[in-house]
Amino acid sequence: MKLARLGLAAVLVALSCAVARADTALLNVSYDPTREFYRDFNAAFAQAWKAESGETVQVRMSHGGSGRQSRSVIDGLEADVVTLALGYDIDAIADIRGALPADWQTRLPNESSPYTSTIVFLVRKGNPKAIRDWGDLAKPGIGVVTPNPKTSGGARWNFLAAWAWAEDAFGRDEAKVRAYMTALFKNVPVLDTGARGSTTTFVKRGIGDVLLAWENEAHLALRELGPDAFEIVAPSMSILAQPPVAVVDANVDKHGTRKAAQAYLDFLYAPEGQRLAARHYYRPIHPEHAAKDDVARFPELRLVTLKDRFGDWRATQKRFFDDGGIFDQIFATR
Amino acid sequence: MSLLSPRRAHAVAEAPAVRFLLLGLALAAVALFLLLPLGVVFAEAFARGWAAFAEGVADPDARAAIRLTLLVAAISVSVNLVFGVAAAWAVTKFDFPGKSVLVTLIDLPFSVSPVIAGLIYVLLFGAHGLIGPWLIAHGVEVIFAVPGIVLATMFVTLPFVARELIPTMEMLGRGDEEAARTLGASGWQIFFRVTLPNVKWAALYGVLLCNARAMGEFGAVSVVSGHLRGLTNTMPLHIEILYNEYNFVAAFAVASLLALMALVTLALKSGLEALGGK
Repeated sequence: MKLARLGLAAVLVALSCAVARADTALLNVSYDPTREFYRDFNAAFAQAWKAESGETVQVRMSHGGSGRQSRSVIDGLEADVVTLALGYDIDAIADIRGALPADWQTRLPNESSPYTSTIVFLVRKGNPKAIRDWGDLAKPGIGVVTPNPKTSGGARWNFLAAWAWAEDAFGRDEAKVRAYMTALFKNVPVLDTGARGSTTTFVKRGIGDVLLAWENEAHLALRELGPDAFEIVAPSMSILAQPPVAVVDANVDKHGTRKAAQAYLDFLYAPEGQRLAARHYYRPIHPEHAAKDDVARFPELRLVTLKDRFGDWRATQKRFFDDGGIFDQIFATR
Repeated sequence: MSLLSPRRAHAVAEAPAVRFLLLGLALAAVALFLLLPLGVVFAEAFARGWAAFAEGVADPDARAAIRLTLLVAAISVSVNLVFGVAAAWAVTKFDFPGKSVLVTLIDLPFSVSPVIAGLIYVLLFGAHGLIGPWLIAHGVEVIFAVPGIVLATMFVTLPFVARELIPTMEMLGRGDEEAARTLGASGWQIFFRVTLPNVKWAALYGVLLCNARAMGEFGAVSVVSGHLRGLTNTMPLHIEILYNEYNFVAAFAVASLLALMALVTLALKSGLEALGGK
């Protein structure tokens, strides 16, 4: 009896907590390395939204590997906005669940990417293995840490950046490019499911000589875990990674949160959002709004874009990362 | 013969060296695999002093995770207690076709990986699941919400109470109940006056084991939770998130709290054993 009463009391407490919430609650389903950025951004947005509309808004976050997060939204996770690592993961929500229109990426400026990033190398202090460029990664005896492209968005950018470099280096001879990629993945001791997992593997567990990382993730790891233990190497070229954002129409219409969700994404493009993105090591698309010191941290790199080199994400996903695609072929023969 | 007999008197009288060696090995194993990791959890939790520890535990998201863990444990333990008693009663007091199948099924959650347990519920209650679309259309959230977490926890903890009760009740037999019946007791009277007092220690023991597992479950809950901070994060999930955010002190602070809750459960269990004192 006592137990039953206790259980009932606990349920009531939980329910009353659920009721005593802000005017509007938004759920932002995001990928791994954006945790620190959105913590600051959500606070700034709540303030701005209060000033503009008088409403109190609370933004909840869910983080994980981009592909896995996309899967959760398809399975019914009630995201008002998704801010994922690459376009394909939002394409999947549009294609499989029909929760937003197929042309979602045209609804916001810069292909719906308010900030961009790229892929750089994080190496141990003093760069003892002398890793300078993509070619060094395929040399025997180098341990390369990257997450699994099947589940991680960052890992797919890693893969495409290496592929693009090899295409240039070997005159687009696909056999040679494949041989290079096979040698590279022979050097990968462990494939984590997400970018943050790989960082932990490299930094905390001390595995590998080089981590292929989002630029923002590399800077963050450097700041949080040891400027004396690691350094960042910028390769001769890399890929322009465009992490897109979108309102999930089916969910905001159900929750009645479309206005706030739209304002939330617009705020990413506003001066304050751009400034915060740069502070958290994302490359803002309007650098004039960011602090000069923050922008100065980004090295000048030759960046190829997905569109110019590989086409759209649906085609790229099918060619490289779907079952039986080039990644599977390379990984099987390594 | 007579020379050997004094030593034969102690059936386990090994040479002292052997005894110390065995004892030393056992103690070393316990220290290495149990005490040391547990010590590390607490050491890391207090690595930056009390203030940092308190900050990690008092964070609103951490408190929400603690509340949710207690809520989930309370619900799943009470439901499993009712189920366990009913199942054990049915299995030991009656004969019916399919009895052995039922006993095997009760053990199923022990052999199924928790991840699969979680995925089953996604397949059932997800937006593309069997009954998920209907529930969602009627505004009932199961997956990525508290009900899903409770269901997944109930699945993995299902066997604990029944598994404790069945052997006890089998050992006790049906004699007491049959005697009560011949004296004119009703079914409920027999249950509350005869059966329950006989098995209360076994039931409590099962409840404590069930509680320990319910609080600590990670795999199944991780699949159905959606990881919404302050909403659907239980303590184990919250610990993983903090660790992934390089927030090691807070991660280990919550971890040490979870370990402490498990230790209290364990202490209660030992206390009960002493009380039940065979």
